[in-house]
Amino acid sequence: MSVTDIKTERVAGWNRPPVIEPDGEGELLEVAMGPHHPSTHGVFRMDLALDGERVVRLKPVFGYLHRNHEKLGEGQSYLASMPYTDRLDYICSLTNNWAYALAVEKLVGQEVPERAEYIRVILAELTRVQNHASSIGFLIQEMGASGTPLMYAFKEREKILDLFESLTGSRMMCNYMRFGGCRVDVSAPWLDATRKVVAGLPVFVDEFEALLSSNEILMARCQGVGILRPELAINAGVSGPMLRASGVNYDVRKVDHYGIYDRFQFRVPLGDHGDIYDRYMVRILEMRESIKILEQALKDLPAGPIMDPKAKLRGFRPKPGEAYGRIEAPKGELGFYLISDGGPNPYRYRVRTPSLINLTILEDMCLGHNVADVVLIFGSVDIVLGEVDR
Amino acid sequence: MSYSSLAAWILSWEKWTDSCWQLNLEDALLGDGILKGMAETARNFFGSYVSKERLTTVEYPEQRIPTAENARVFPFLVYDGANWEAGMRCVACQICEKECPPKCIYIEKSADKKPDYVGKQQFYPTRFDIDVSVCMSCQICVEVCPFEAIKMDTQFELATDDRFGGLLFDRKELSRSNEYYHSIHPTEASEVDARLAEEKAKVEAKAKAAAEAAAAKAAAAANPAPPAGGGS
Amino acid sequence: MAANPFFVNLDQIFVLLRNWLVGFLPVALQPMAGVLLGVIAIVCVFPGLFALTTVFERKGLGRIQNRIGPNRVGPYGLLQPVADGIKSLTKEDIVPLRANAVVHFLAPLVLVVTVFMGFAVLPMGRNMVLVDMDAGLLFFFAMGAATELSVFMAGWSSRNKYSLLGAMRAVAQMISYEVVLLLSSVAVVMITGSLSLPKIVAAQNQYSNGFPHWYIFTPWGLAGFLTYAIAATAETNRSPFDLPEGESELVAGYHTEYSGFKFALFFLGEYLAMFSISGLGTTLFLGGWSAPFSFLTWVPSWFWFFGKVMLSIFVFIWMRGTLPRLRQDQLMNFAWKFVLPFTLLNLLVTALWRFMGDGWQRWVVCTVILVAAYVVMGRLEMRSEHFGRRSYRYAE
Repeated sequence: MSVTDIKTERVAGWNRPPVIEPDGEGELLEVAMGPHHPSTHGVFRMDLALDGERVVRLKPVFGYLHRNHEKLGEGQSYLASMPYTDRLDYICSLTNNWAYALAVEKLVGQEVPERAEYIRVILAELTRVQNHASSIGFLIQEMGASGTPLMYAFKEREKILDLFESLTGSRMMCNYMRFGGCRVDVSAPWLDATRKVVAGLPVFVDEFEALLSSNEILMARCQGVGILRPELAINAGVSGPMLRASGVNYDVRKVDHYGIYDRFQFRVPLGDHGDIYDRYMVRILEMRESIKILEQALKDLPAGPIMDPKAKLRGFRPKPGEAYGRIEAPKGELGFYLISDGGPNPYRYRVRTPSLINLTILEDMCLGHNVADVVLIFGSVDIVLGEVDR
Repeated sequence: MSYSSLAAWILSWEKWTDSCWQLNLEDALLGDGILKGMAETARNFFGSYVSKERLTTVEYPEQRIPTAENARVFPFLVYDGANWEAGMRCVACQICEKECPPKCIYIEKSADKKPDYVGKQQFYPTRFDIDVSVCMSCQICVEVCPFEAIKMDTQFELATDDRFGGLLFDRKELSRSNEYYHSIHPTEASEVDARLAEEKAKVEAKAKAAAEAAAAKAAAAANPAPPAGGGS
Repeated sequence: MAANPFFVNLDQIFVLLRNWLVGFLPVALQPMAGVLLGVIAIVCVFPGLFALTTVFERKGLGRIQNRIGPNRVGPYGLLQPVADGIKSLTKEDIVPLRANAVVHFLAPLVLVVTVFMGFAVLPMGRNMVLVDMDAGLLFFFAMGAATELSVFMAGWSSRNKYSLLGAMRAVAQMISYEVVLLLSSVAVVMITGSLSLPKIVAAQNQYSNGFPHWYIFTPWGLAGFLTYAIAATAETNRSPFDLPEGESELVAGYHTEYSGFKFALFFLGEYLAMFSISGLGTTLFLGGWSAPFSFLTWVPSWFWFFGKVMLSIFVFIWMRGTLPRLRQDQLMNFAWKFVLPFTLLNLLVTALWRFMGDGWQRWVVCTVILVAAYVVMGRLEMRSEHFGRRSYRYAE
């Protein structure tokens, strides 16, 4: 029975998960995959009900990495929450920082100088490249290629992390953006090093593609597997490369025009089928587009201050109000919702993380597939448990 | 079967064979993608013996990567001069304690004062503990310190088997000299020194101006006024 | 140069050594002792090669992935197998409570014993075959089939539904590819006219213009070698066919319940099977112990044999480092719908080759048939599975 035979039930705007009848003989095999499992990207559990090899029911169970991020945010000042945002999606700390800084800047109406905006774009696109490279590497690792593409991706990632370390002081927990700009100015040697790294990135993406994109085994395992229909994706609030692989043209950079993304020429790749192969290819194409943005930003970087001189570091008390600031993080739309009551700490601090929202349709994508495919579909969603559980 | 339908059938067969023989070279063979991938790995295999670019392993602990200049691991207290107690820049203002996100700093202020680098009397911390196992290296304490007293160190090989205090550093363990600060963060340390020297120069200039004014006033008070009138 | 006595003695050095040792015993015992010495030699050499291969695999994979493999234990990490051996010997041997203890104990032994038996008919050098059987190839395949028995014994005796599942999958895979393996070698038998492995090597040990008559240099031989290689990878459960023992799957397959030395025996059995199948492939298609060029015949024959086997092992490692694994149903599909028909076609082409007699015509005809069949079947396969290269659109 193929995935296309699944019955679907339409209920008032939300597509109920499709129902698969088991073949009738024997009972369902109930298996818990995780939380201790080499392929679950962290501590995550999937309660599967299997009919032979096919998945009949899948219930995701998470919360194993819950660290009270939002409640902590209510108890400390706005600045003190900034290092904690690094640890949400711990692979892409700079984009987390930017989303939070954007939310606070919206709350108080803070202006950001031009040079800081350019630096933010450069760092965000570098983050996007290394995130997509690692995500593809992990996906292929789960497919059983004994880690070779993963090692190549990590080699490139190390170069980018070295750049982050020489600028912000730390490879992964950068804590770099501030409300009104950036913490430390970039120096000319750093820019030269960045230009060198960016010049080497197209070669890396080409090598990566040569190894993977036309590999028949990859195609056989990824094409037609884990299809996500665009209507269901929009209904479920999916965002990021997963949404674009299903063919929906929605990129927060193009929709919100936040930062200075309007000044850069870049395209948004879209897939047609919504399967794992499309998600993988959309990530590769997005890496290429990010490289284009990086080249333009490095060329046009203006001189000037990196922090708004009127911005306050200590004693920051925004007026009562609320703001929602969102960016196109590498995994999807990352948003911070802040309610201020006039005090030094926020009244409510909420994070809308892409990994959690993208994970809600895991069951729909996995029904009718083999267990081996479940591992791959889960890998193609590209989640980080730090974001899912906060 | 009529001739036209026979012809149509033959033509359809031809179209099928045509599409099979289409010289789309990328799609030509089942297995060419696999061969391309294997060529890529072979290139990496042989390349790893030949070029440093390919084999990026650094065999720790015999070889080490030099730490970046900006690297931050855990905080330390800076002192000027030779005596760590007398030269400590920290004035126990407790701003870092308040701003620290995981609240890993514990400060107790002194009752008396000691002179700082410009000579002004300042409080000092009798107790300055940082629980390094809680510290998350965010550097906010460094950013908010108005006295350039706390900076980030780059040492990370701090593993200890003492669970109950091995990672709780007191003010003596945290104090390092300004020369050490220069050795790990040269650019930053020079900037800090320049700023402090500027402050000191300003204070000294003000003190000199005040001293001159006081001396002039004292001289005016001590010398009798010249007799009024006299020749023109 | 081939007649140089020094090189002849070097070539036959192991035979001469055995004859000298056996000469110390009374005549009645000599044949038995000779065979025993041969057995001891095989039991010592191949596990030693296995140890070396584990290091080469890890270092080879490391270099492919741009990192150094193990290099702490011994110079260049060459003593790593000693450390691994000590580790597996000192681990606790856990047998599940409800498991069938006798079968659980026998399964790894059956595997190792039958794989060792397969080595008995491989000609490892000139006059260096342990048992010169007339139907050596048949004996080899009989032993190969017995290894599948041990896999099933392991899965069944563990009384664990997951390992039973893994064992059944593994056995199904091995049986499917066994057919392909056999049919690929039947082509060689057709041309040589004998099932005896030393005769097959002798038939390839001829040179014209300095180039050898290895069967891989003929169109049917190349096709046969490729299908043999695919089947050999599947038989030994190596990447890309290693789903039964995949690490990112639900369970570890049929050897889930094994620990300590028994697990090491399974590991040993798998690698020995790799050596033995590579040895057979070398004998059938790559000319066994014969040298690649006629001016190189002075190099000892056993050097060529082991060199070719190690080259095959290197290719196995290379494939493991590059290719992701196929799903179970996909690899079964691949076997029955693509590889098997191609192998049957290869048999027809081999027959054609033989009956067309010498000349350039048979080269052209056979090559054209095989290439055309490969292209057409390849595209049919890709079309039926609906996969292929795609193009992507962009939005501004």
